[in-house]
Amino acid sequence: MTAPVSIENATKTFASFTALDNVSLNINAGEFIVLLGPSGCGKTTLLSILGGFLQPTKGRILIGGKEMTGVPPAKRPTTTMFQDYALFPHMKLKDNVGFGLRMRGIGKPEREQRAKVFLDLVGLKASADKKPHELSGGQRQRVALARALAVDPDVLLLDEPLGALDLKLRRQMQDELKAIQKRVGTTFVHVTHDQEEAMAIADRIVVMNQGKIEDFGPPSEIYMRPRSLFAAGFMGEVNFIEGTIRDVDGTQAIVETALGKVALPKSCFTAGMPCIGQATTLCIRPEHFRRAGEGNGPATALGQATVSGSAFFGTHYRCHLTPTGAPQMRIVAHMPQSAAVMEGQAVMLAVNVGDIVALPPKQA
Amino acid sequence: MARNRLTNFVSSVYAVLIFGFIFLPVIMLVLFSFQDGRLPVSPFNGFSLQWYEAVFADRKLMSALLHSFLVATISSLVACLLGFFAAYGLARFKLPGSALQRGLLIAPMTVSYLIIALGLLSVLNVLGIGLSLWTVGIGHVVINLPLCFAIIYSSMGDQHINIERAARDLGASDIKVMALVTAPMLLPSLLASFFLSMTFSWDEFIIAFLLSRFDVTLPVEIWSLLRSGLNPKTNAIGSLVFLVSVVLLIVLELFLFGRTKKS
Repeated sequence: MTAPVSIENATKTFASFTALDNVSLNINAGEFIVLLGPSGCGKTTLLSILGGFLQPTKGRILIGGKEMTGVPPAKRPTTTMFQDYALFPHMKLKDNVGFGLRMRGIGKPEREQRAKVFLDLVGLKASADKKPHELSGGQRQRVALARALAVDPDVLLLDEPLGALDLKLRRQMQDELKAIQKRVGTTFVHVTHDQEEAMAIADRIVVMNQGKIEDFGPPSEIYMRPRSLFAAGFMGEVNFIEGTIRDVDGTQAIVETALGKVALPKSCFTAGMPCIGQATTLCIRPEHFRRAGEGNGPATALGQATVSGSAFFGTHYRCHLTPTGAPQMRIVAHMPQSAAVMEGQAVMLAVNVGDIVALPPKQA
Repeated sequence: MARNRLTNFVSSVYAVLIFGFIFLPVIMLVLFSFQDGRLPVSPFNGFSLQWYEAVFADRKLMSALLHSFLVATISSLVACLLGFFAAYGLARFKLPGSALQRGLLIAPMTVSYLIIALGLLSVLNVLGIGLSLWTVGIGHVVINLPLCFAIIYSSMGDQHINIERAARDLGASDIKVMALVTAPMLLPSLLASFFLSMTFSWDEFIIAFLLSRFDVTLPVEIWSLLRSGLNPKTNAIGSLVFLVSVVLLIVLELFLFGRTKKS
């Protein structure tokens, strides 16, 4: 089963600390949502509120259109997959997976059969009679997933479930999670601080910081068209270039920066229309820099720069550049594998204007 | 090298003396329970099982043995259960004055059995409750509850909180969480406190003496035997009591250490 989730003005305060600050969010049925943010951003608090382990100080939660305020975890159409798996150490895997069914009064033969179906779903059918301490971390992870799914929840809540796994296993489990979510169709709400993980599995990502939602959208949109400086910086490496809006006409705005004047179409301003005199910050991902003349499309030149350092990263060279016009600035740019980059070399910087995002600077 | 050998020698002698000091009385007791003669003192005349036969033929001793077993089992079960509930409440919920409550629960450990027995005696008197094996059992719950609480409380770690949350999340009521998840996870310490309570109740004399009347427990029966003078029969029954305590302790060790190694 599956259901939409609606969070309306949820606020949670602990004494003087505001963990969640007036958050509203609508999640569609069957969506894979990732709550992404640094520790202390309120993502786990939001998940606990959805699961019923915490009550919001203000606001309310609707799951499948039903008000959830005051409903205990046991009575909610949600199950949680905990970070430390929280398997029952004294029970066999089939009893772990069948526990929720047992609590729903389902008889032993049916419960064992359904437990086996879900163990099969996560590839552990043969281990049904083992106990959790006989398994590896990745296998325990799978059992926790099977146990949470066995009761057929409308919404599955995942609390940094892959945090304890090593990198390779984590990537593998991400693919499995995504595949299983597609098969069962349940709404998944997944918490992580790893932006690569978020991009790998999410239908939509919710970027959170200091108890607020910074950005919400599909991974490509959040990466390419972030709506806040925090979201831009958290999703990956980015160069921030300060500037001031000097002129605005019907289709574009002229921004003056230390690297010269740049004419940006209005679509570059993802967080509101530009006004003359406003300060703005241009965000440029390292891979969007090109050497003048390369590629096609309307590129804008950003002057000359000197390579002050470079390192080979396999898929690209990661270079530190010092613009000739603004020697105090450091720019990180990715150059293609084939490019012969040398320290001290002068390059002409250029960017596709469509790749630039202009955002209001952080409020002090 | 020589110095090393000397310290080894001295520490060995020391160990032998210490263990001799502790166990010599017990060894003498057990040895003279097999005495072939009427007096449980030197010299040892020869090996005989006649005193054990006499013990098993003595109906009063046998019924006292049964009483002791019943009192120990039931009072330990009750003490364990109450200790578990108290530990669960104090470990999992924010209760007013929880440090004070913990202190009050453990406090009876510091009070002498004699004072507890006298206190219970006057309370029972006021309430008009007659003395019986039940009142002995109540006394044993009072002395064993602090122990059970302390053992179980100390093993209720925070690592179990998420597991209990998961159970609740999957639809378990509080009682089911306790019965199906918390208690099985704490099985080693539950068994430890149960068997330790049993050994204490099994050996306990003062409370059993002051709070019983017609039906008595084994230590009280042995005491009345002793009033008619030393007799190898008392050695035999003493050895049996000792044997039961040892068996309980071994069971305890097996459960406690056998389990912790596995997990």
